[in-house]
Amino acid sequence: MLSFIARRLGLLIPTFFGITLLTFALIRLIPGDPVEVMMGERRVDPEMHAQAMERLGLNKPLPAQYLDYIGKLAQGDLGESLRTRESVWSEFTTLFPATLELAMAALLFAGVVGLLAGVIAALKRGSLFDHGVMGISLAGYSMPIFWWGLILIMFFSVSLGWTPVSGRIDLLYDIEPKTGFMLIDTLLSDEEGSFKDAVMHLILPAIVLGTIPLAVIARMTRSSMLEVLREDYIRTARAKGLSPARVVFMHGLRNALIPVLTVFGLQVGTLLAGAVLTETIFSWPGIGKWLIEAIGARDYPVVQNGILLIACLVILVNFVVDILYGLANPRIRHQR
Amino acid sequence: MHAVTKKTSALRLLLATLLLGSTSQLAAKPLVVCTEASPEGFDVVQYTTAVTFDAAAETLFNRLVDFKPGTTDVQPALAERWDISADGLTYTFHLRRGVKFHTTDYFKPSRDLNADDVLWSLRRQLDPSHPWHDKTSIGYPYFESMAFNSLLKSVDKTDDYTVVITLTRPEAPLLRDMAMGFTSIYSAEYGDQLLAAGKTAELNSKPIGTGPFIFQRYNKDAQVRFKPNPDYFRGKPPADALIFAIATDSNVRLQKLRANECQVALYPKPDDVPSIVADPRLKVAQTEALVTGYIAMNTQHPYLSDVRVRKAINMAFDRQTHVDQLFGKGNALVGVNPYPPSMIGYNTDTQNPPRDLDQARALLKQAGVPQGTVITLFTRNGGGPTNPNPRLSAEMLQADLAQIGLKLDIRVMEWAEMLRRAKKGEADLVSSGWAGDNGDPDNFLTPLLSCEAASNGENYARWCNSKFQALITRAREVSDNEERARLYSEALTVYDEDQPWISMAHPKVFTAMRENVEGYVISPLTSNNFATTRVK
Amino acid sequence: MTNPTAKTLSPVSPVDQSLLYPSPYKEFWQAFARNKGAVMGLAFMCVVVFCALFAPWVAPHDPSEQYRDFLLTPPVWLEGGTWQFILGTDELGRDLLSRLIQGARLSLLIGLSSVVISLIPGILLGLLAGFFPHFVGPSIMRLMDVMLALPSLLLAVAIVAILGPGLINTVIAIAIVSLPSYVRLTRAAVMGELNRDYVTAARLAGAGLGRLMFVTVLPNCMAPLIVQATLSFSSAILDAAALGFLGLGVQPPTPEWGTMLASARDYIERAWWVVSLPGLTILLSVLAINLMGDGLRDALDPKLKNAA
Repeated sequence: MLSFIARRLGLLIPTFFGITLLTFALIRLIPGDPVEVMMGERRVDPEMHAQAMERLGLNKPLPAQYLDYIGKLAQGDLGESLRTRESVWSEFTTLFPATLELAMAALLFAGVVGLLAGVIAALKRGSLFDHGVMGISLAGYSMPIFWWGLILIMFFSVSLGWTPVSGRIDLLYDIEPKTGFMLIDTLLSDEEGSFKDAVMHLILPAIVLGTIPLAVIARMTRSSMLEVLREDYIRTARAKGLSPARVVFMHGLRNALIPVLTVFGLQVGTLLAGAVLTETIFSWPGIGKWLIEAIGARDYPVVQNGILLIACLVILVNFVVDILYGLANPRIRHQR
Repeated sequence: MHAVTKKTSALRLLLATLLLGSTSQLAAKPLVVCTEASPEGFDVVQYTTAVTFDAAAETLFNRLVDFKPGTTDVQPALAERWDISADGLTYTFHLRRGVKFHTTDYFKPSRDLNADDVLWSLRRQLDPSHPWHDKTSIGYPYFESMAFNSLLKSVDKTDDYTVVITLTRPEAPLLRDMAMGFTSIYSAEYGDQLLAAGKTAELNSKPIGTGPFIFQRYNKDAQVRFKPNPDYFRGKPPADALIFAIATDSNVRLQKLRANECQVALYPKPDDVPSIVADPRLKVAQTEALVTGYIAMNTQHPYLSDVRVRKAINMAFDRQTHVDQLFGKGNALVGVNPYPPSMIGYNTDTQNPPRDLDQARALLKQAGVPQGTVITLFTRNGGGPTNPNPRLSAEMLQADLAQIGLKLDIRVMEWAEMLRRAKKGEADLVSSGWAGDNGDPDNFLTPLLSCEAASNGENYARWCNSKFQALITRAREVSDNEERARLYSEALTVYDEDQPWISMAHPKVFTAMRENVEGYVISPLTSNNFATTRVK
Repeated sequence: MTNPTAKTLSPVSPVDQSLLYPSPYKEFWQAFARNKGAVMGLAFMCVVVFCALFAPWVAPHDPSEQYRDFLLTPPVWLEGGTWQFILGTDELGRDLLSRLIQGARLSLLIGLSSVVISLIPGILLGLLAGFFPHFVGPSIMRLMDVMLALPSLLLAVAIVAILGPGLINTVIAIAIVSLPSYVRLTRAAVMGELNRDYVTAARLAGAGLGRLMFVTVLPNCMAPLIVQATLSFSSAILDAAALGFLGLGVQPPTPEWGTMLASARDYIERAWWVVSLPGLTILLSVLAINLMGDGLRDALDPKLKNAA
């Protein structure tokens, strides 16, 4: 077991370096530099431009810049945003909880509803419910997420007025961002009704972001359950006279969940990508918006380190999922 | 029976708390303003975006002079009065007494505003040996692009309340320039405090000024919270709290306004204005803005260098339909001159050529332009106040030019890349816009149409006309307004003969708000100040 | 002495073996056709392909022509609609139906070319990774891990920012972003096949590397690849739409469905059809492709063939 974990960890290191190289190269390949963007339409004095570039360390040759960057990383220095001069780490930790909260809510929604729907669909295979679930989930990952968000806003916020239009909380509440998670911060604050308000703001974005994972989880659960239910040990359990619920949940679901687990892990990447669009539509102040704007402003430290942080997160989640999968399935961990 | 009564009384209690809870919210009347972007920071002299100026220069700071609300006339602010020497080279400002800096949990001022603060703020940008000069990432964009480092010879004080600014050459617009956000006055004491503690980056995140509002908190990309300054020299602002809610999408701003989540929504789309006006709970403030939308024609391009070709293009463009469709009927003036009619020197004799496709084709033929020639148009991605939908404009022009045998190749690109390539002269046509900062014609003409701007790329038309240049240079130096008006008028005639631009529109600027918002005066400079605004 | 059995036995008539077992293609079609959803998807896609191929003749108007007197006309079934513009017009007075039909061309083109551009290198890299598991394999896989670790939309945005917006660059960006999944899939399938007897037999028979790779192993790995190809066809359309929505897709006036959605966002309250119809078209097309993909997978996967 330990050698399995060690092997997996060993693979992470070159990946990590690869990511730093890729983000460093990518952002510098984009034409334009931060000074020009800042000046905008106004004229850029060549001397001022050169001075500013030197101050930012951008006039050194590229390999030197890369080494500088890696050196700083090794010391844990993620640099400052070129625009706001705040440390990238502090900007990330300010904004990431918003994205994380949204992603977790979406995953919760997708997980709970998806698992239930998948299990029931597998049990009632071929029924109208089954076809319905399959059809709806197929539609779920066929639709453009931003369109879906706009349609939902049109219905539920504008026409029916059931949910608020955008943002994380009503602005009348002055909530101090202690943890960055609005649900926790509202509970910690003494503003009445703010928790309920935060929940209302979270509902629609979570549904929009969670639609695709919901579809994937539902389908995966269904097919996995179907395979498991065909197995001999299920037949044995039924023959032994165990109640259907016990058969399904204790014997069937436990084993069916294993492939579903890997799917959960893969969805993290999808969620972060989808978060960019969802955050744009719902004015959710998270890292998706932050990164897209940073690319536009050529804010190199933010883009490089922001993407690096996210990539590390995705790798971490995949790593954990790999380990869990290895734990659950002995064949995997003894594989070459 | 018991269970039922318990349930209903519990329900009543719940309803009561909810209601009470909500009314206690209503007792405090904060003013929530929906803005279109996040402020870049609060050290306002480092930035150029409108929202940063709204969130910092207009709320937190003051300048020596500023503009009377709703106009471009200069009025005293931190300076009570001023004298200008006869040769126009020396400006003496007499400062107001008793102006207090903000008191917050991170700074307590020990003295009122005096000349040291003015010196600190201006010298910081001017003098490379000032300890704060290099405490910036990009530089001082406005200060540098307006060439203040060569214009200002020195900034000195003669006593604690008198500041003398000496120029290297006479500059008629200087007073107006001193009303612009980049000359905001900071607290020298706070600067020294931060420098001594080694926390210079906090100037950007924990600002101190003399303005109507005190900084409380910035929740990145979500909201900025201010509280009113009780010691503001013009009187405490009537709003109990000021909150900037950041909503980048104009649809979202409007939806929030309708839901009363914000009381003021900036930059509504012109298309939405009629429905806002029709809604009895909302109203719209509007004014003609000092804004120009235009398409520059690269006069160094083989065909576009011929004035006949440029005239032909101007004749083919259906301006009226374009303005009506892009902004909605009545929401913009059709552009003729580089700046709008409210500024001095506006020449009413210059006119757009009437739309005449045959004449246009004839001119092209005369100039020897073959049918089907391709010209490129660079335009930016998203909209802004000068043009809410650049793509739409581009497509309309494309259809118009197709009718005279020119093929327009539209290149929509990301703003930063477009700027860079346009400044290098890679485009044939460039779609752009300009918002005036101070109501002076020079503020439009020098950056956009001067020979110097042509050489550094800011003048996208790369147009350098010596007659035009001589006129506008003279107009900058002369201080008599009538003389200046005459000079600008003549310059505009030269412009009209040469037609380096396709003039498009002077949009009006709109602000949408709830019916019960009072005391907001909309500015033609598209800046927003809430010092006198309240929710009834 | 005559052999009595030889006389009494009737001559063995050449029985056509193919009549006893259906050909692979027929078998595949029968399996596919059993899935009604897949057939419906196929039918819809045929309509789309037809529109794409014959767009200039099928579309009632020129998609770029701006009817300045008919700006934002509603569809024919609403008040103010006219039969001249069945699905209404957009903000520049262009017929929506014609633009949607023309857009089919673009979307199919984007889907097809991005799949092809990423399938071919993807298969090659996957084969290499599978056949050389000591050094080349892990290096390729690390590279793919790196690419997979970055959120796909951000990577696509960065690539388009580098190359500039436009149709070809959009296709390239989407192809690059979908490359890793092909590589992984091919490698997994190849490694599964390499241990089989027929591969060992081919090696013993003296098959060279090229033959081994492309003639022996690859055809047996095609099934999951085909399914993945249909899935990434549909996600290519969605990704192109997302890039168009962020303003980084094709250039005006090209009527790509996602770009139409982006510019229509402003009209969500006044002219909902400009927003809903392109979105609905994307949804239906992608749904159809996914249904087909499901059907393909069911038909090609031998384990499910005998499912009860």
